[in-house]
Amino acid sequence: MEKRNLKGWLYLLPAILFLGVFMVYPLIDVFIYSFEEGYNSAAQTSFGTGLYNYGKVLRDPYFLQALKNTLILVLITVPVSTGLALLISVGLSSIQKVRNLYQTVYFLPYVTNTLAVGMVFMILFKKTEYSDGLVNMILSWFGVGAIDFIDGHYWAKMLTLCIYTVWVVMPFKVLVLTSALASVKQDYYNAARVDGTSRLRIFTRITLPMISPTVFYLVITGFIGAFKAYSDAVALFGTELNVAGMNTIVGYIYDQLYSGGGYPSYASAAAIILFAIVLTITCINLLVSRKHVHYS
Amino acid sequence: MKVTLENLTKVFPGRGKGAKEVIAVNDFSFEIPDGKLIGLLGPSGCGKSTMLNLLSGLLTPTKGKIFFGEDDVTALPPEHRGVGLVFQNYALYPHLTVRQNILFPLQNRKGKDKLTKPQMEEMALEAAKLVQIESLMHRKPSELSGGQQQRVAIARALVKMPRILLLDEPLSNLDARLRLQTREELRRIQRATGITTVFVTHDQEEAMSICDEIVVMKEGLLQQMGEPQQVYDDPANHFVASFLGTPPINQFAGTVKGGKLYIGDQAVLPVPGVSDQAVTVGIRPEGFVLQENGAFTCQLKAVEVMGRDITVLSTHEACTAPAIRSIITAESRVDTAKPTVSFDLKPHKVLLFDENGERIRF
Repeated sequence: MEKRNLKGWLYLLPAILFLGVFMVYPLIDVFIYSFEEGYNSAAQTSFGTGLYNYGKVLRDPYFLQALKNTLILVLITVPVSTGLALLISVGLSSIQKVRNLYQTVYFLPYVTNTLAVGMVFMILFKKTEYSDGLVNMILSWFGVGAIDFIDGHYWAKMLTLCIYTVWVVMPFKVLVLTSALASVKQDYYNAARVDGTSRLRIFTRITLPMISPTVFYLVITGFIGAFKAYSDAVALFGTELNVAGMNTIVGYIYDQLYSGGGYPSYASAAAIILFAIVLTITCINLLVSRKHVHYS
Repeated sequence: MKVTLENLTKVFPGRGKGAKEVIAVNDFSFEIPDGKLIGLLGPSGCGKSTMLNLLSGLLTPTKGKIFFGEDDVTALPPEHRGVGLVFQNYALYPHLTVRQNILFPLQNRKGKDKLTKPQMEEMALEAAKLVQIESLMHRKPSELSGGQQQRVAIARALVKMPRILLLDEPLSNLDARLRLQTREELRRIQRATGITTVFVTHDQEEAMSICDEIVVMKEGLLQQMGEPQQVYDDPANHFVASFLGTPPINQFAGTVKGGKLYIGDQAVLPVPGVSDQAVTVGIRPEGFVLQENGAFTCQLKAVEVMGRDITVLSTHEACTAPAIRSIITAESRVDTAKPTVSFDLKPHKVLLFDENGERIRF
């Protein structure tokens, strides 16, 4: 038994080494930095230890703005993108003909570069001296005045960011859900049909529980992904996110690391706060899922 | 409920370019009497599952009509046909308990058919009692054995009081012992409810043992329908004769000459009224009587003593199989020292078929 254990550890060694050096060690390091005041990465020095960094970050209006933006983004985009993806995949599964074409169309955003997509969104939404953008043009048909979606009101910008995020994260969800739906055996549907089950009831009582592990997976990864949003905001509003008021937590961390010589301690504290939030949300998700997710 | 099929045909389009279309059910007409247990029997791919799906409404026929009683249900969708369907793999919803599974069809009812909760619970319990699973109501399907799952599936099909009960290979996922037990159980449940029941199987023993009538199919075509014993004793053609019976019927190339049947150069049986021709001879294993200087002599290969009876394995050059299997009474004594064994044949166990496989009666 002892010998077999040893062999097992030996096989695991490369992975453990790799994870240790590139994951665990930096994580612990970040955790330590977050408690060290004025840590200087070049000189490896600090003034002292304590909760000062956390206090500073939590009182920083830029951080609070970033936190608010991120939370709004998460709360809107995760349910909306998951729900829409579910609708689209159910639609895709029930059509036979041009299904492959649609699947390709829905998957395109996944293989397209974020920044390129950002440019397309600029064309759709940006108001310039020459044009109000495609969306404003359509809105004007309904008698709505031109809205500046990129440099205008906070909620206009947030709306653009949400639409953009949903658009970017949806293809993967559609892909995963379509395959989950395909794995539900036809017999269950046949049995339900013979028993006169309505389509809505088939969906809520059979389809949804059967694919619930996949939906749950998408919700969890969706939450984590949305909390880590950054490049989406950059693609739409440029790198001066604090000026635009559209910064995210990861954006804030990035700013702390590189702007004005860098404040690694503040960045670390913000990173640990983000980590705590994500961990909490994931734990809540796991607790809720116990009741509603059916693993066969 | 009497079920009538009229010229029922189902054609599936061929898959891929230039593929031929498949006629799964070909011009089927028959009548299932009210309250009977009917076995739809045939080899794999003969269209019996298609037939069941046509009855349930999951498939619509290409041609022909289906009547439940006097109602033409051909165009009726499955939910309005009032059929209970038990799937081969049971199709129990894995995330629901046994109770919830059985309640499921009842909860679907709308409008004036809607039931109150206590009514539904009572009906579910009744169905569960009928199949003797009332102690398992709070388990999930994954916590049940195959036989128990089977019972739950039957309860779920029965709970809505279907006009017709359809079972697709209901015993094929069970082990041999459970299969025996469950088939008795099926018979009992069918008798208790009196619901007209059609069950599909490829296992002739299963069909013969519990069915009131069997329907033998081959390549979408109805071969024969009737009581099991009658179909066994008096098969309409070569296919039915060779498909029914374990051990299978022994087959020989033979000729009829001058009112006598010859296998090889031995005249084995008088067959009055049959014109001279080459025939296929089928002799049931129980059609042999051990007889010294009997009409039919074969090369003795082996003797298997089963206790209840004796199986004699022998060979003959006209036999289409490597061995002739004859079952004789345990009282008979086979002289294993001799190289040959002789039999007399029971005339009603000898079946003749012409070159098209049609039966020649004598």
